[in-house]
Amino acid sequence: MAKVLVIAEQRDGKLKKSTFELLGASFQAGQAGNETHALLLGDGVADLAKELGNYGAQKVYLVQNAALKYYTAEAYSRVILELIKTLKPDVILASHSPTGRDFMPKIAASLNVGLASDCTKLAFEGGKLKLRRPVYAGKATVEVEFLGSGPELATVRPNALGVPKADPSKSAEVLSINIDLSGLKTKVLEVVKGASARPDVTEASVVVSGGRSLKNAENFKILEELADVLGGAVGASRAAVDAGYRPHRDQVGQTGKVVSPQLYIACGISGAIQHLAGMRTSKIIVAINTDPEAPIYQVADYGIASDLFTIVPLLKEEFKKIKEH
Amino acid sequence: MNIYVCVKQVPDTETKIKLTADSGGIETAGIKWILSPYDEFAIEEALRLKEKNAGSTVTVMSAGPARVVEALRTALAMGADHGVHVELPETADNNMAAKALAGALKKETKVDLVYTGKEAIDDGAAQVSQLIAEYYGMPYVTVVLNIEYGASSVKCKREIEGGAFEMIEAPFPVLIAAQKGLNEPRYASLPNIMKAKKKEIKALKMADVGVTDGDRKIRYKNYQLPPPKQAGKKIAGDPAAQVKELVRILHEEAKVV
Repeated sequence: MAKVLVIAEQRDGKLKKSTFELLGASFQAGQAGNETHALLLGDGVADLAKELGNYGAQKVYLVQNAALKYYTAEAYSRVILELIKTLKPDVILASHSPTGRDFMPKIAASLNVGLASDCTKLAFEGGKLKLRRPVYAGKATVEVEFLGSGPELATVRPNALGVPKADPSKSAEVLSINIDLSGLKTKVLEVVKGASARPDVTEASVVVSGGRSLKNAENFKILEELADVLGGAVGASRAAVDAGYRPHRDQVGQTGKVVSPQLYIACGISGAIQHLAGMRTSKIIVAINTDPEAPIYQVADYGIASDLFTIVPLLKEEFKKIKEH
Repeated sequence: MNIYVCVKQVPDTETKIKLTADSGGIETAGIKWILSPYDEFAIEEALRLKEKNAGSTVTVMSAGPARVVEALRTALAMGADHGVHVELPETADNNMAAKALAGALKKETKVDLVYTGKEAIDDGAAQVSQLIAEYYGMPYVTVVLNIEYGASSVKCKREIEGGAFEMIEAPFPVLIAAQKGLNEPRYASLPNIMKAKKKEIKALKMADVGVTDGDRKIRYKNYQLPPPKQAGKKIAGDPAAQVKELVRILHEEAKVV
């Protein structure tokens, strides 16, 4: 059994799915006696505590402060380090999100302990973490062993564990705590929202990606329309990004984002080794490529060796029918 | 200004990874080693800052086995002035590397800015930048797309999820981890490649920077290659039939839609 602290993540008053994945992993191990604690930071976020309980948190530590309205590594670390002085958790978990991956190393250095980043498998064994993570962008995976003493720290890749079912009958004890956050050095001046309403490629459960065969930026519109029907994100190969069709933040691969959605639809992507590295852990991979010998078919579960400009619009219409039912 | 860049040498992205017989690591024979791509943006940013501030120097640092000196030479050929190599075993973890680099920075008289890549493309852990900053005792901003320099602070555009970004202000000394898009890295010219061969690279040992084997906090073991995938199913027929069948499978069998 282990005492687990999950650092909850919220943006714009909404908890992230990835937080529920972490709570679920700890709670499921709870049958073996895990204690699941969650830390919720922000400004005006008290309402979210209940939801953390529904997903398995037994205790929620609520820290509200104007200095926590926007995330900074400095403020978050100060709160986390203060809390764990008294809580003394065996395990601290956060998502490998732009937030979690940013502050967890600071916590690790402050505690002089190891951090296992971007884990894709997580289990508990005798109160200890059992973890596996990809290296070389997924060309191999490794088991992580912690050396030395102190709490075990890990960040987990969003979508890797799966979101558990919420149980409205479960609730958490909520404890509000005050922590002095004066004298911070870094300051968030503003947060500028993205122009797109689509989810991030690393968080979406469906990703529709395009390669150089799309021929220009304009043609990505058909992928966007397909993604929108599925509530998904649009990704791109390095070739498409280098050609200027999409911004780098959409790039999937070893020099871009590593994704593992439920469904990955690769359109006109040949499947360079560095692209495959970024998406091969997707649950189901669909390839649409006129070249039946393209390497993408080595990882695809289903393939259509036809012209994407014919197939993609038809797919959109066919998925629409399902979504409307 | 005293400007520093910490870099890592990594296998080229086209490298096919093979495991050692005991699955305790990867076969390094035959690997083509390169400077980690995100580090190029860090070096470029350091050089641009130096060019705008007369009298500045750019020092590039790397921690690792003897081979990483080649990565330092690449940075020197781009235009960095000095190199520092802290020798670490091949098995060093992120914590040892960060402690070594922070230790090397602490030996310097004055540090104004430190640049890194937002992550190295081999380990992909994205933690060494933050660890260096914490061990040195300076703030950091990661995944940075743009920097405005003030007299004693920087304003950084930091990429977050969904195409959104934050504007963050932090005082010097500060560590900035570069994202692709920060700038367009230059190519080393032939004369500069020749000059780089003569530039000094200071060699430090673990003991010089106060690092011991006890600083290793993580060990990777039991390496595995991804399981080979079953050959996928190619769907035949005319486009309308192909699409109907694919959607049926995804909906009814795979249940992902």
